[in-house]
Amino acid sequence: MKNWLKHPTYIWKTAHHKDDAPILSIENLSVKYDTGMVLNNLSFDLLAKDRIAVVGPNGAGKSTLFKVIAGVLRPSSGSVQIYGHEPGGHICISYIPQRTQVDWGFPVTVADVVMMGRISKLGLFRWPKAEDWELSHHALEVVGLADLAKRQISELSGGQQQRMFIARALVQEAELMLMDEPLTGLDQPSKESIFAILDQLHQQGVALLVSMHDLKLAAEHFDRIMLLKGDIIAFGPPEEVLAPDVLSKAYGGHLHLITEDGRTLAVNDSCCEGDHYALD
Amino acid sequence: MPWIDFLLTPFEYPFMIRGLIAVIFTGVVCATVGTYVVLRGMAFFGDALAHAILPGVAIGYWVEGGAKDAVFWWGAATAVLVSLGMGAISKGAKIKEDTALGIIFAGMFALGIAIISSVNSYSVDLTHFLFGDVLGVSSNQLILIGSFSIGIILMVTAFYKEFLVLTFDPILAATLRIPKRVFEYLQLILIALAIVISLQTVGVALMLAMLVTPAAAAYLLTKRLPVMMALAAAIASLSGVIGLYLSFYANLPSGPAIVLTATLFFALAWVIKMVRDQRNAS
Repeated sequence: MKNWLKHPTYIWKTAHHKDDAPILSIENLSVKYDTGMVLNNLSFDLLAKDRIAVVGPNGAGKSTLFKVIAGVLRPSSGSVQIYGHEPGGHICISYIPQRTQVDWGFPVTVADVVMMGRISKLGLFRWPKAEDWELSHHALEVVGLADLAKRQISELSGGQQQRMFIARALVQEAELMLMDEPLTGLDQPSKESIFAILDQLHQQGVALLVSMHDLKLAAEHFDRIMLLKGDIIAFGPPEEVLAPDVLSKAYGGHLHLITEDGRTLAVNDSCCEGDHYALD
Repeated sequence: MPWIDFLLTPFEYPFMIRGLIAVIFTGVVCATVGTYVVLRGMAFFGDALAHAILPGVAIGYWVEGGAKDAVFWWGAATAVLVSLGMGAISKGAKIKEDTALGIIFAGMFALGIAIISSVNSYSVDLTHFLFGDVLGVSSNQLILIGSFSIGIILMVTAFYKEFLVLTFDPILAATLRIPKRVFEYLQLILIALAIVISLQTVGVALMLAMLVTPAAAAYLLTKRLPVMMALAAAIASLSGVIGLYLSFYANLPSGPAIVLTATLFFALAWVIKMVRDQRNAS
């Protein structure tokens, strides 16, 4: 109840932004579960148009970090500020869940899910108007799903499901998108179509924070990489972060480094995909 | 024409007409609210809640000397309190949620039966509490059932999109700054009230069937939430009406007759779904 009063956006729609503040500013953030420390004293800033890949072994706290930024989890200590304010009161953040976290049998269509992004803009007791439907139709066109709007969500392929959530973030008018392993389990064409859309979002100034396991794709498509394992092990341009000695601090024995034809290959086996990254 | 007589004869009795209206109202309400129960996987919660209001109803019965309208309010108050309490426990418990619910469920149910049995004259009424007595619905009770039903349906309609997001994607609800707790508890209260108005129809022991069976049947037949709700409501009311006829002609207790009919509808939906899937696959 108190939370609700503290976060009045839903009723009064007052998501005010300090223009000069960074879109996301995290200071001394720690999250502790009963089972132990998950995130330990993180600090970093994110600016508009930033494209950041978050990598790290399973259990490194990537999902936890995203949930704290989204305002779903409360940090044990430290602060998260979005445009200079606490996460409450902002609806400019979009969190795209891991696909395994979604109930795909739920009786909703693609268009229904996209419209969910408008709910806060609509407010209490209001139903979507023509302009809202137009907006969500347009978002579906942007991600190339307009033809599938009336399908039940389980009828989509993995890549299409991911694009549907991006469309939802679009109608939400998100300025910061948090994507939790959007590429896991997707084939190459699906990955490429997602990156094409992300590039478009980047052009429009949306900040992206994407967790992933594929270090090669992280290096190709993102300006900075955050290597996370409870702490931030490294945070910077790909060539800095993906150096073998840096990576082994996070992955330890789980990352196989192979020297082949004078190049060092880092084979990432912490996840399911067996992708590799070539270091020149 | 004999079949018209067959259909109309029961309604020469006013108690049958009242029963008919009651099963239609409770069918619609339970199925609509039950849609959320099915989609959120709260079946055990619903069952526990239904059983846990028994002591409140029993004390009400004792204090009010058996006045049925008064017992309704006792049931409603208990249901709201218990649903909020169980909602809080499932968040803060140090043991697993279903274990916590199980302890409360059984403990409260036992307490209810103990209270009812401690007075001899309750022995007949005990079966009514457990299995319902739709033919004993009074006019005043019918007014209460009707107005609560309309209230619940209005709430479900008014907060449709909030409940939808909360059920489908709680994280989105949080990022959209929807007052999640408020709507979560509101949903629990609506489930609790649906249970109270069905107490007279199917009783505590079979309540879960009214919440879950029609909604589950509808889930098999459609992939859109509003359609699922409407279909579940139709299946539930039809089960109620058919159950009443069964009860009248085959001399079955009304609660079990209604639940059995709903179960048959579920089986039918299952078969339709199987046939459909097979046709799509080939």
